[in-house]
Formats: sequence, C-alpha cells, structure tokens
Amino acid sequence: MADNAATAAAAPGMPQLDPSSFPNQIFWLVVTLVAIYFILSRVALPRIASVLAERQGTLTNDLAAAEDLKRKAVEAEAAYNKALADARNEANKIAEETRAAIQADLNDAIARADAEIAAKATESEARIGEIRAGAVQSIEEVARAIAGDIAAAVAPGTSIDADAVAAAVSARVKG
Amino acid sequence: MPQTKRRGKAVATESTNTQGKSGASRIVFFVLIGLAAILFVLGLTDSYTQPGFNIKPMEQFLVEPLFGNGPVQWYTPTNVTLWMGLSIAAVAALMVMGTKGRAVIPSRSQSMAELAYGFVRKMVEDVAGKDALPYFPYIFTVFLFILSANFLGLIPTSFTTTSHFAVTATLALAVFLSVTILGFVKNGASFLSLFWVSSAPLVLRPVLAIIELISYFVRPVSHSVRLAGAMMAGHAVLKVFAGFAGALGAAGIVPILGVVAIYGLEVLVSAIQAYVFTILTCVYLKDALHPHH
Repeated sequence: MADNAATAAAAPGMPQLDPSSFPNQIFWLVVTLVAIYFILSRVALPRIASVLAERQGTLTNDLAAAEDLKRKAVEAEAAYNKALADARNEANKIAEETRAAIQADLNDAIARADAEIAAKATESEARIGEIRAGAVQSIEEVARAIAGDIAAAVAPGTSIDADAVAAAVSARVKG
Repeated sequence: MPQTKRRGKAVATESTNTQGKSGASRIVFFVLIGLAAILFVLGLTDSYTQPGFNIKPMEQFLVEPLFGNGPVQWYTPTNVTLWMGLSIAAVAALMVMGTKGRAVIPSRSQSMAELAYGFVRKMVEDVAGKDALPYFPYIFTVFLFILSANFLGLIPTSFTTTSHFAVTATLALAVFLSVTILGFVKNGASFLSLFWVSSAPLVLRPVLAIIELISYFVRPVSHSVRLAGAMMAGHAVLKVFAGFAGALGAAGIVPILGVVAIYGLEVLVSAIQAYVFTILTCVYLKDALHPHH
C-alpha cells in the first residue's frame, strides 16, 4: 500500500478516483448503514409508529367524545325546552285555578255582604218605624198639654174636661 | 426611562420562564458561534491569505487517516469514519433523542422526526405500493444517511462522504442488486417481462428490449454519479470562489457574495439529491415488485 501523501501526489485531480481509499470508504459506509439501520428499526421506527398510532387513537377518541357530548347537549336542550314548556303550562294552570278560587271567594263574600246589608236595612227600617211612632205619640202628648194650657188661658176659671181635649187633639192630629 | 426599565424586567422574567426549555438550544447556539469564531481565526492563517492563486478545490475530498500519516487500510479510522460517525450521531439525535418524549402533542424535534418518517413512508407507499413497506426501514436509512451526510458536508472544513463515488456506487449497487434479486425471487422468470414492452408493436419489441436492458444496467451508474457529482461539483465551486475571495483582497467581497448564493443553492441541492436518490430507489423497487407494464 502506497503512502497517503504519495497517492495524493499521484492523483492530484480527483481523490474520488483513487482506488486505494475505496475499501476503507466502503467498509465504513457498511458499518454506518448497519448502525443507522439498527437505530431506526430497533428504536426510532417502532417508537414513532406507536406515537402516531397513539395520536390517531386519541384523535378518534376525542372526536367520538365530542360527538357524544354534542348529542348530550342537544338532548339536554330538548329536555330544557320540554321542562320550560311544562313549567309554563303548570304556571298557567295554577294562575287559572287561583283566579277561579279568588272569584269564588269574592262571589261568596259579596253574597254574604249583600245578606248582611239586607238584614241591617230591615232592622233599620223597624227602628225608623218605632222612632216615628214614638215621635207621633210625643207630638200628641205635647199637643194635648198645649191645648189644655191654651184652653185654661182663653177661659180662666172653667173646668176643663181633659178627656174632651184629648179626643179633640187626637182627631186633629189624625186629621 | 421607566418604560425601558419595565421592558428590561419583562424580558428578564421571560428568559427565566423559558430557561429550562431553551437552555440546551442556547448552549448549542453558543458552541456554534464559538466554532465559527475559531474557524475564522484558522482561516486567517490559511494559505488563502498568501498572495497569488493557489486554489486547490479538490483537496477537501482527500481521504486521510485520523491518527498519524500511515497508509489507508480498509480498517483505518479516517475522516470518512469521523464524518460517517457524525451522521450516525445526527440521525440518532433526530430520530432517537428527538422523539424521546413520545408526546401525543410533539415537541419541535419530535415533529421533525415524524415529518421525515411520514415523508419517506408516504413516498414508498405512493411510488412502490403498499407491498413495498417491509423495505421502508432500509429506504429510510438510505434517505437519512444521505441527507445528514449532505448537510454535514456543508459545514465549512468538513468532509462530504457522499461526494465520493465509492460511497454512492456502493449505495446504488446495493439497491440495484437487491432489487434485481428481489424481482426474480418475487416474480420468477416473468420479471424479464419488464424488458418486453407488450404495448409496443411486435417488430419494435426486440429493439426496445435491448434499450430497456441497457437502461436497466445503466441505472446504478446514473443513480450514483448523480449524487456524488452534484455534491462534488457544488463543494469544488464553493472552494474555488473562496479561493478567489482570498486572492482578491478587498475586492473579495464579490466572490464572498457568490459563495453565499451558491451555499444557499447547495443547501437546496443537498436535500433534493437525498430526495432524488430515495425516490429512484422506490421506483426501482416498484419495477421489481410489479414488473408488468
């Protein structure tokens, strides 16, 4: 084997065409390729393949979960709307019932008040009648007394017949 | 004044918040800055600063022993060993360290690794079909090796392992031989129908068969020369422009701008060549699995 400097001098053009370095390059190339091949096939490729598969799985799962959640959201919205409508119906019903109950109470109270008023009115009527009768009687008495007094003043010394005066006053008042 | 003070405070709290996460990447950043500074100082003492044109664009492709100055035996640890080892480290860093978290929501490095995985896997599936997936680990190996070697080769003063025909020809021959053997194992003698274009007129078929046969055997050549040629040419051009920059003195700014532009192009070429090599591997694999036109 020739000295390296000598071969370099002998082949000043292209070191690529110097066959003395070929075995060396080929040997180290084969070593390199085998090393890279084993690094890749034993470590790197299975690892990357598993990472990619895992990512695909995660994506699929996440998409499925998202689909599921979306469906649930739609269901929840429907349930919410249904509950809202139910509640509204219920509220209407309750309002209606309450209104009817209040109306009934009101009617009842009005009837009772009317009856009470009627009772009070008849009672008052009776009292007014009594009072009027009392007043007529008092007027008669007063008129009798005044008539007796007037008769005594007009004809002093005469005896006055009380019964005649009373009869005359009664006739007049009735008149 | 109080505004700037407040802003400073906000930045301080932010940096303490993100310290745990970005600490490692900050260390890497400073190491890279340090490397660049060292390389710059080394560059000042390099031969480029000497007057006159002494550009040696092919020197960067020399295979040299790492220790001593002896002959290069097949087992000698050389700069090939170093830079191939670094590309193993780069692949391991991306594909093993990067995916350490196994997170469902990936970190940045993990999503890079997943991106590379998905990219090559989809390529194999789309081009060669579902039954080619058992060969996906090897195709991915080749893709990541070429990609990392190409990108590592873009570091200044590095050694580009994929710029050597010995390397790319080995890769291409491995593909060619395994695909040919696979074709015969899977399809038996009917694999030869790959060369018999049944849709062409009968008269033309023998001629086409010869052309198909030649093109089939040229495949490993084009497959390997494309990659090594692209890498070698790009790096040589970069070196030539850098040499001009050193020789021109103050006017060297023009070739330096050229170097920047070509470097950008080379970044593109590095990725594209890895892609091309891989997709051609898939195409050849498809021919082996489904030889009937």
